[in-house]
Amino acid sequence: MGWLGPDELEALRLSLRVSFWATLVTLPFGIFVAYALARWRFPGRQVLNGLVHLPLILPPVVTGYLLLLTFGLQGPLGRVLAEVGIVFAFRWTGAALAAGIMAFPLMVRAIRLSIEAVDPKLEQAGATLGAPRLMVFATVTLPMILPGVIAGAILAFAKAMGEFGATITFVSNIPGQTQTLPSAVYAFLQVPGGEAAATRLVVISIIIAMGALLLSEFIGRRVAARVAGS
Amino acid sequence: MSLSVRLQHDLPHIKLDLSFDAPSGVTVLFGRSGSGKTTVVNAVAGLLKPASGRVSVDGWELFDTEQGLWLPPYKRRLGYVFQEGRLFPHLTVRQNLSYGRWFAPKGARRENPDKVIEMLGIGHLLDRRPAGLSGGEKQRVAIGRALLASPRLILADEPLAALDDARKGEILPYFERLRDEVSVPILYVTHSAAEVARLATSVVALQDGKAVRHGPASEVLADPSVAPAGIRAVGAVLQVRVSKHHADGLTELDAGGTSLFLPRIPHKIGETLRIRIPAQEVILSNKPPEGLSALNVLSGTVDTIRAGDGPGAIVSLQTTAGPVLARITRRSVDALGLQTGMQCYAVIKTVALAPHDVGGRVNQS
Repeated sequence: MGWLGPDELEALRLSLRVSFWATLVTLPFGIFVAYALARWRFPGRQVLNGLVHLPLILPPVVTGYLLLLTFGLQGPLGRVLAEVGIVFAFRWTGAALAAGIMAFPLMVRAIRLSIEAVDPKLEQAGATLGAPRLMVFATVTLPMILPGVIAGAILAFAKAMGEFGATITFVSNIPGQTQTLPSAVYAFLQVPGGEAAATRLVVISIIIAMGALLLSEFIGRRVAARVAGS
Repeated sequence: MSLSVRLQHDLPHIKLDLSFDAPSGVTVLFGRSGSGKTTVVNAVAGLLKPASGRVSVDGWELFDTEQGLWLPPYKRRLGYVFQEGRLFPHLTVRQNLSYGRWFAPKGARRENPDKVIEMLGIGHLLDRRPAGLSGGEKQRVAIGRALLASPRLILADEPLAALDDARKGEILPYFERLRDEVSVPILYVTHSAAEVARLATSVVALQDGKAVRHGPASEVLADPSVAPAGIRAVGAVLQVRVSKHHADGLTELDAGGTSLFLPRIPHKIGETLRIRIPAQEVILSNKPPEGLSALNVLSGTVDTIRAGDGPGAIVSLQTTAGPVLARITRRSVDALGLQTGMQCYAVIKTVALAPHDVGGRVNQS
C-alpha cells in the first residue's frame, strides 16, 4: 500500500480494527435478538423491534449524542464503566461501540430472515428426540442459519467501516485514536490540497463496500438452498 | 397396561375431552381430519399443553395437570414419526439416525443401529442427505431415527398420509415389523381403515374430540355408527392363513375352514394375516350362489341388520371365518327377506381384496 500516506494507512487500519471488533462483539447479541424477534411472543416485542431499528432511522448525529450522554465521561454508564477500567469516550473502543450500534439493525434483519426460513417443526422434531432447547439451537437452528449469520456479519462489517455521523459526534475525530476512514476523508476535505488523499480513501471505501455487498449477496443466496436441503 | 391418556382441551372448533387406557402394542387413534387426533399426539409429545389431563407410559408420568407435573418434550423419551418426516436437511441420513442417540440416557434400552438399518432397508442411503431421498425412503429414515432414540413410546402421526398408494404399501410392513419385532408401544394416528385393520392391537375411534369407541380393530371397524372415515371404512377384519399359491396368479387363504382367493401376495405359506373386507364390496345371497364369476363365498347366519340414514343397511353375518359385513340397500334386505338367524351367503369379488388391505404377520393375541 505504498501509494497511501501514513495518515491514510493509519485511518484504514483503525477502521478495520474498529469494524472487526464491532462486528464480533455484537454478533452473539444480534443472533439472540434476531431469534427472540423471530420465534418468541412476549410483551414488549414490538418495543424491542423498534429499539433495534432506531439507529437505522434516527439521524446518526442523534445516536452519537445519545451515546455521548450515556457512555461519555459524565454519562451514567460511562462513569460506572470507567471505574472498572472500560472507557469509551474519545477512544477507538468508543468508535467500535458507535459502529456496532449503527450496524446492529442490519445484522439483526439478515439473521432474523434466515431464522424465519427455518421450519419450527424441525426444532420440534429435535426436541422430541431428546435435545434440550439450547442443543436444538446449536444442532438444528444454527447450522441452518449459518449462511444468514455470515451474510449479516459481512453487512454489519461494511456498515461499520462506513459509519461517520455517530462516531464523530461520540468520540470526535482524533487521528490514530478515533479517526476512522470516513472521518479521515472528511478531515482531508477540510484542508487545502487534501483532495488526492481523500480520493484514495474514497476508492478504498467503495471497494470494501462493494466487495462486502457482493459477498453477502452470494452467501445470502445459499441460505435458501441450504434450508431446502440441497 | 402401557399407555394411559386423559385430556381436556378447547380447540377453536371442537372441545377435546377423552380418556383411554391402551394395552401394549399398537394403539391406533382413528378419526377423520379435525377430530382432534393430532392434538392428542402433540399433547402426549409435549408440543402442546392441554388445559388439563394426565398421560403416562408404563406407569411413567409425562404430565399431570393436577399435580402440576409437566415434562418438557426433550425429557419424555418418545420417538415421534411425523407426517412429513421432518428429517434434518443439513445432516446426512446417518447423522439423522444417530441424532436421538446423542441425547438418550446412558442406561436406556438401546436398539442395535445395524439391526434397525437392516430392518428398514436403508443401508445404502446412509451418506445421502434427505433432499435426495424419495418420500418412502424419508419415512423409513424417520422411523429409524425415532426408534434409535431409545423411546419408551413411538408416536406416529399419519406417517403415510403424504405418500402415494404404492409407497404406503412399501412403508406399512415396516410398522408391522416394529409392532412384531420391537417391544416399544406405538400410538399411531390415521384416518385410513386399511391401516387400522393391518396395524391395530386396539383402536380408539375419535369423533369431534371424543373417544366414541375403543376396542379391537374387528369390533370398531364393524360398527357403522362410529366409523370415522364414513361408510366406506366399514368392513370386517378376518384372521386368515396362507394355504397355497396357485399357478394362475391367485393365492388361496384359509379363513376358518373356508377358502378365499385373492391376487397373489408375497407372504409365505402358513403365515397368519389379517385381511379387511370392506362392507360395500360384499354381495349377499339367500341361496347358495351358482353361475357367478366371484370365487369367494362365505356362508353364515345373519346376526344383525342395521338400517342407516339413507337407503342403505349394514348386515352382519356370523361365518366360520368370523363376522363379515355387507352394505346393501334396505330394498334388498326386504327383497331377500333377511332376518336375524337366517342362513345367508356373502359373495366377495376376488379383486375387491386389495393388497393394501392385506396385512403382514400377526401376533397371536
